[in-house]
Amino acid sequence: MSTKNWPLWEIFVRSKNGLEHRHCGSLHAADSEMALENARDVYTRRNEGVSIWVVESKHITASNPENNGELFEPAQDKVYRHPTFYDLPDDVKHM
Amino acid sequence: MSEEQIRSLERQFDEKIARDEKIEPKDWMPEKYRQTHIRQMSQHAHSEIVGMLPEGNWITRAPSLRRKVALLAKVQDEAGHGLYLYSATETLGISREEMYEQLHTGKAKYSSIFNYPTLTWADMGAIGWLVDGAAIINQVPLCNTSYGPYARAMIRVCKEESFHQRQGFEIMLKLANGTPEQKEMAQDALNRWWWPSLMMLGPTDDKSVHTEQSMKWKLKRKTNDELRQQFIDQTVPQADILGLTIPDPDLKWNEERQSYDFGEINWDEFWQVVKGHGPMNKERMKARVGAWERGEWVRDAAMAHAEKKQARKEKQAV
Repeated sequence: MSTKNWPLWEIFVRSKNGLEHRHCGSLHAADSEMALENARDVYTRRNEGVSIWVVESKHITASNPENNGELFEPAQDKVYRHPTFYDLPDDVKHM
Repeated sequence: MSEEQIRSLERQFDEKIARDEKIEPKDWMPEKYRQTHIRQMSQHAHSEIVGMLPEGNWITRAPSLRRKVALLAKVQDEAGHGLYLYSATETLGISREEMYEQLHTGKAKYSSIFNYPTLTWADMGAIGWLVDGAAIINQVPLCNTSYGPYARAMIRVCKEESFHQRQGFEIMLKLANGTPEQKEMAQDALNRWWWPSLMMLGPTDDKSVHTEQSMKWKLKRKTNDELRQQFIDQTVPQADILGLTIPDPDLKWNEERQSYDFGEINWDEFWQVVKGHGPMNKERMKARVGAWERGEWVRDAAMAHAEKKQARKEKQAV
């Protein structure tokens, strides 16, 4: 039995310059260099990427879905944050 | 949590799935949903990994460079698909080591099709055409399944899978149009892989224990019998193009149903193989467990090296 298991890494891939890195999955690797090498083989076998980020999963802090109400609901009734909230006559152009 | 609270959470959960909303790892889910997904997803991952073995057997003996690069790429994809699925399963709270342990001790199953031997080069054709064909029919509906990480993994898998089937069909086509011996080899492979491929789509609906619940959770969109009929209806015309004969004397077009009628499947054989008595069950597990055990010192060395490098970096920083 192995003494220590390889940690888990989250993989983010930029598909082309101009676009953001997107999370595409995770994998196990002994360190960040190996995570990069494995990510190349696992997630970019068909030209899916031009850049890879790897982050050890334990360093990610995620919000708890149980708190979704207090976190995200306050934004729902703030219609004044959207341009359509404001009444303007039809003949106003370029606005 | 009181029983009433749980029932209310379950009701909300079912409604969410009915609305086609996805379930994500940190969302509340019934324990049975978690366990069923761990079982199905890990078995799916195991099947991808064990599925490399029958084909790996032929890489060094591929008849041309074109065939060799294609087979290598296909086997590498299967490793990738296994890894997507293992990491998706880990989001449900089971570790990779636990999953390997379940596979290696026989607690977890993998697709019984991989317990048949690959005797000739034509088997590479038949596997791509029939086994991957049946797998695609099984997998496409899973791109819409309710568990987000599984659905996302399946989208990647399905995108990559279609070349697998096409390369298999191309192998069959070449052999079927080759010398009489080559055509006979293709026919022999079809004869051996046809029935196991039909079994791959699972027991008949009246014997399938998980269907109803799985349909509700969108782990399944069609029943096993529906999928099997779909597979047969789309594969028979492909066999005609190859000029090969499907080894079923009862296979007949049914005008009224607009589908093929087909003969009795030998379910005794299926259950025998599932229970571990197929021609290659022992061999496959020996190869898997052996690879895991022989790789242990490499995994340990990589970890020790990573720790040493990290320690050196920290020392320099001080």
